[in-house]
Amino acid sequence: MKAQAAIAGDDPFNAFITRCEGKPAGTGRLAGMMVAVKDNISTCGIPTSCGSKILEGYTPPYNAHVVDLILSEGAVIAGKTNMDEFGMGSSTENSAFGPTKNPADPSRVPGGSSGGSAAAVAAGMVPMALGSDTGGSIRCPAAFCGIVGLKPSYGRVSRYGLVAYANSLEQIGPLAKTVSDVSLLMEVISRYDPRDSTMHDRLFTPRLTGEVKGLRIGVPAEFFGAGVDPAVAGSVREAIGVMEEMGACVVPCSMPSMAYALAAYYVTCTSEASSNLARFDGVRYGASDDIRKPWHDAFREVRAKGFGEEVRRRILLGTFALSAGYYGKYYAKAQAARRNVSGDFARIFRDVDVIAGPTMPTVAFRIGEKTDPLSMYLSDILTVPANLAGIPALSVPCGKVGGLPVGLQIMGKPFEDEQVLDVAYAYEQGVRD
Amino acid sequence: MVSPDDVEKIANLADIRLSRERLGEFTREFNAILDYFNILDTVREEARERRGEFNIMREDEITASLPQGEVLALPRDAEDGFIRAPRVME
Repeated sequence: MKAQAAIAGDDPFNAFITRCEGKPAGTGRLAGMMVAVKDNISTCGIPTSCGSKILEGYTPPYNAHVVDLILSEGAVIAGKTNMDEFGMGSSTENSAFGPTKNPADPSRVPGGSSGGSAAAVAAGMVPMALGSDTGGSIRCPAAFCGIVGLKPSYGRVSRYGLVAYANSLEQIGPLAKTVSDVSLLMEVISRYDPRDSTMHDRLFTPRLTGEVKGLRIGVPAEFFGAGVDPAVAGSVREAIGVMEEMGACVVPCSMPSMAYALAAYYVTCTSEASSNLARFDGVRYGASDDIRKPWHDAFREVRAKGFGEEVRRRILLGTFALSAGYYGKYYAKAQAARRNVSGDFARIFRDVDVIAGPTMPTVAFRIGEKTDPLSMYLSDILTVPANLAGIPALSVPCGKVGGLPVGLQIMGKPFEDEQVLDVAYAYEQGVRD
Repeated sequence: MVSPDDVEKIANLADIRLSRERLGEFTREFNAILDYFNILDTVREEARERRGEFNIMREDEITASLPQGEVLALPRDAEDGFIRAPRVME
């Protein structure tokens, strides 16, 4: 692929880091369709910064598998979207390229970390976009911006060419305004790739029937507990009620492991980040320092300058959690907690087909409102369980609170992405009629 | 509780320089987060099923990789197929 020139254009929400000169080409299921790609997904000839200064000037010599797939179906890359640096954040405020604004209310965050992708879709700049979801990074911005976003089952979409942050948790996934567009993009990007050794060779066969008669929907009490805005909870309960009226059966259930799921998630993702991000040393590309200095001095300097505050914090937390003397207390316990989360889901799924609840505990907050890192982490409480267990999870708009969009989260059994999409489609059609 | 000295030691291990001014604030935030992580002390793991051992390694097959020329076009400081790096020996 030839290098594409970056073009400047109207981008009132700062959704893009790089915009591309798109030329409609080819045939296929995405023929002529403009697709925005999150800036941590490698694009041959187009800079890929992960929202970080440390990768300044880096242009990958190859495409991520998902990028090859959308191009082969005739899509045009609209550009690379803004994101929390390396995917670390829930608001797209942690970007070296400035925050993205929420098209629903520009004084508010679009959610994160795929905030640029969600804002580009919500603002109508592109019909669909690719994001990545490590602990809610597709579903959170989809909920805050009022669009649809799917985190596929772990192993359903190739991670080849996705710049790694926390490999055991993250997946690339689609965002769009409608469930059918999300399903179409998922169908394209889920083709098998042996270059990702965690990928399963399992054909995605969309089935959007819009039928929920007899479907059993589990509703865990913990998803409506402390910290969840009662108005958001009310909106989501109403949405579940719509599906009940359509013939679904609501089954109250309980997920005790929610008590420590968020802590398990943050210990795991920071530990993996401390290892994954060790490769950014400024030697081969990106930010650099004086190479006449001794190795560690040059390395420390370039990483202090190139990484933003949240990235440094997470690398340090992960280094600490893995260090001798603390490994058993943090990392080992987090893995036990993770198994319990998977165990809770497995137990609930013996009795129900899908699980529903809010995607986020609140509507989009104001830019600059959350200054304390822990309060930002707490906003991920409802999205991280699906990543810990590797199950598919989707956010679909379900009304507004105070004029701001609310997301209904639907989680499914492992590899039943098709079912999750079908339930969301049924809801979407049910409220449309 | 971790002290500013502990945080500085971790920062050195992770090869990230932290300024003296930021160290205090980082330590405070670090302690708040670690305090939250203490909930993990309550985790009781259910007995785990022991899985049999099997080989999960694939065959080591040689496949095409990126052309060296294209990859070495990226670094600013490449020479004769090598990349110049900071001194490793003190």
